[in-house]
Amino acid sequence: MKDFEIFNHTADTGIIAYGDSINKAFANAAKALFSLIGEFGNDTEKILHRDIVLTAPDQESLLVKWLNELIYIFDTENIIFTKFNITKLSKTYLIARSYGEKIDSSRHQLKNGVKAATYHMLKIDKINGYRVQVLFDI
Amino acid sequence: MPVLWQETLRKIDDYHWEIPLDYKGGMRVPGMIFASESMLNHIWEEDVFQQVANVACLPGIIGYSLAMPDIHWGYGFPIGGVAATRVSNGVISPGGVGFDINCGVRLLRTNLTEEEVRPKIKQLIDELFNNIPSGLGSTGKIKINEKELAKVLIKGSYWAIEKGFGEPEDIIVTEETGCIEGADPNKASSKSKKRGIPQLGTLGSGNHFLEIAIIDKIYDQNAATVMGISDIGQILVLIHTGSRGFGHQVCSDYVALTNNTVKKYDITLPDRQLACAPVQSPEGRDYLSAMACAANYAWANRQCITHWTRESFIKVFNKSRRALGLEQIYDVAHNIAKMEEHTINNDKYKLCVHRKGATRAFPAGHPDIPDIYQNIGQPVLIPGDMGRYSYVAVGTEQAMKETFGSTCHGAGRVQSRSAAKRALKGNDINNILLSKGITVKAGNMDSLSEESSEAYKDVSEVVNITQQTGISRKVIRTIPLGVIKG
Repeated sequence: MKDFEIFNHTADTGIIAYGDSINKAFANAAKALFSLIGEFGNDTEKILHRDIVLTAPDQESLLVKWLNELIYIFDTENIIFTKFNITKLSKTYLIARSYGEKIDSSRHQLKNGVKAATYHMLKIDKINGYRVQVLFDI
Repeated sequence: MPVLWQETLRKIDDYHWEIPLDYKGGMRVPGMIFASESMLNHIWEEDVFQQVANVACLPGIIGYSLAMPDIHWGYGFPIGGVAATRVSNGVISPGGVGFDINCGVRLLRTNLTEEEVRPKIKQLIDELFNNIPSGLGSTGKIKINEKELAKVLIKGSYWAIEKGFGEPEDIIVTEETGCIEGADPNKASSKSKKRGIPQLGTLGSGNHFLEIAIIDKIYDQNAATVMGISDIGQILVLIHTGSRGFGHQVCSDYVALTNNTVKKYDITLPDRQLACAPVQSPEGRDYLSAMACAANYAWANRQCITHWTRESFIKVFNKSRRALGLEQIYDVAHNIAKMEEHTINNDKYKLCVHRKGATRAFPAGHPDIPDIYQNIGQPVLIPGDMGRYSYVAVGTEQAMKETFGSTCHGAGRVQSRSAAKRALKGNDINNILLSKGITVKAGNMDSLSEESSEAYKDVSEVVNITQQTGISRKVIRTIPLGVIKG
């Protein structure tokens, strides 16, 4: 099973992420987000981590909140994340530790400014594992 | 589901196409698309009608859910959408303003001509590029703390003027005089402030730019003269940017919040990105206070960039500010919600007008436009793509009658970013533009291809529809000479 796919609309870009568990699908959605932000080679280190704890009224909102939290940390701390351990994930809360490093312009090529994850076309499906879909404003 | 737009739309005339009320359950008003027949095929393929129809479901919407001719598919609201809701019993939708709150355009005129600027364009573009922080992850030269940021959020352009970034005359020719009322920094999250503090005074990335433009056509000599424009060949400066990470976070926060409260207000919506709250509810009022903060941040941002633009011209041409001109013609917001009074069938209404990728276009004599434009109407600034034209128009009475005083905001995308990238490489675009005599400098030349001419509708076609329908009137056309992009 591939981790994620990117789809394009006229003005914006979306992702579809897969996982045999919902935790894995959320982690792959985060990977997909950072693949839109830039090209970060396999040598991107995992020397920094940030713990994220979120609550939301439903799992779709939780997915948007999760991705927006990562955009926020990227925007304020310039950290690119490449590994995501989602330790707890229910319909309404998420606990995760994300690993990465500060942007190093000599090794990291930024591609797009991602403004936010949106609720438009937002979907979580359970078919042969999990499939989550999110559209971003780029 | 109909397979052809011809089966869906009711033709009013060559440029007005109605989406009838029965197109979709839940529509409270019909939709109205301003477009030519040739544009409709593309609009149909994109399924924008569905988005226009979704907006028509907002509680308290009045008249029509409107689509300007630069309409294209957005996330939730279409880009180029205008929706007016009654303040008394209608809603405000943060997604109907968008993430880049008060993304807008500012226009400066110079006393310089193409002959004077072309030989120095590379030097000028380099100087502007060095002096104005731009690009992904760029941070500003302005160092402020949270206490100072609160002042920016409350005062907007006034804060910038007080700090020496620009002149009081700039404020007079800025929509809302660069400071919308009701801003309350307590209604903006600490996250938005953390994003906003380092990014003040930055151009950003994506479709944001600064352009040195040459006037190549004058349609309305009288209006042009009032704007200080004398001749073809005169140089103008266009600045396109918004509220940066601050606005993005405010929108994210309030889309999430209003998603949680739609049930409380018994609101049913076809799309969660349209989440909204009654204008008069605590959530609605809080959003409007936070939106005002973001709008003011954007005006302060464009004001700082205006100052550095002047500095750069002074350095390159070694002349005084006065000798160079560089006065501001106008500054418009094209992603915003405004409280306005409009007359419909002789009745006056207090309305919340959402403009998402649409420009206010108030007519001559309107009390909200500056004295100097009282006889010609409010200047409307319509940038095109990097390789073709931009337009300056003025607002009209017709816009008040048909579009709540609104018109288009630009060309509108026709190609996704990745499709544009596949079609042409950044270096190819650079060469094509150079061969047209246009100098471009971008932080990331690779991303240049996303903004190629081919990715956009022809802005002339868009502007011609606003001209034919009379919702704005052309004054001048410009072509690019130099562009800096993030």
